[in-house]
Amino acid sequence: MVPLSYYLVLSGILFVCGVLGFLIKRNIITIFMSIELMLNGVNLSFVAFAAQWHALSGQVFVFFVMVVAAAEAAVGLAIIIAVYRTRETLNVDQVNLLKL
Amino acid sequence: MLHLILFLFFGAICVAGAVNLLVQSHPINSALSLIVVMASLAAEYLLLGAEFVAAVQVIVYAGAIMVLFLITIMLLNAGKEERTQGSRVATLIGVPGLTIGAVLVAWTLVGRLSTTRSVSIGALWGAPKDIARLLFRDFLLPFEVTSVLILIAIMGAVVLASRPEAIARRQYSGPRPQETRELVATGKDH
Repeated sequence: MVPLSYYLVLSGILFVCGVLGFLIKRNIITIFMSIELMLNGVNLSFVAFAAQWHALSGQVFVFFVMVVAAAEAAVGLAIIIAVYRTRETLNVDQVNLLKL
Repeated sequence: MLHLILFLFFGAICVAGAVNLLVQSHPINSALSLIVVMASLAAEYLLLGAEFVAAVQVIVYAGAIMVLFLITIMLLNAGKEERTQGSRVATLIGVPGLTIGAVLVAWTLVGRLSTTRSVSIGALWGAPKDIARLLFRDFLLPFEVTSVLILIAIMGAVVLASRPEAIARRQYSGPRPQETRELVATGKDH
């Protein structure tokens, strides 16, 4: 039997790793991956609470989070490709103008 | 006991993958370690008895989304990232602040140990049948709305990633398909 708080601590660690990557990484694709990591951490706590309360709607919400993450990844990566076409760089420090 | 050992094993893999994502400077290594994180998270979901979520995690996250990421990295030929002033400031301020916050949250959580009801790996309560009943009855409207969302996302991705007028304007200077076939036939290297 694993205490609920262990799962929550694991999900917190994953979330913190995601925030750290978001802060210290300079490659726009890696920043995007850090966001996915944060979403995964939140999903884990959703499933842990669903198991705790025997409420299946928690798992349905994880399903919805995954759908939104997939949509976000598709649009976000398309935006990254468009940015790379106009600027020829993936470094977020050099992407500081809305319009060239 | 076995449950706890499995949890710690996959949790350790998970955290190692997440830390590796931060340490690696090449995006493709980060993407591969993110796949490790997602696969071990699927194992954690199985331990929680959520077999449907575990399967979807592997198929959608570790499969579809990460393939998108890897293809983009290869398409853009992303190289090593360089450190800049901005990232150093974020490291100096962000890391200590986040560490303090994370320790506080973990301390609070571990202080209130509550046990999850034990779920053995064989006796799964989150069967796909129950989830489908919930998804297509109680959450029917959100489900249909997400399908519209996915449709809009696909259209947005196609519009953003393709620039047909730019592709048409670009002069093509390489050998034409016919010439390539002749070159191959004559055995000449171009």
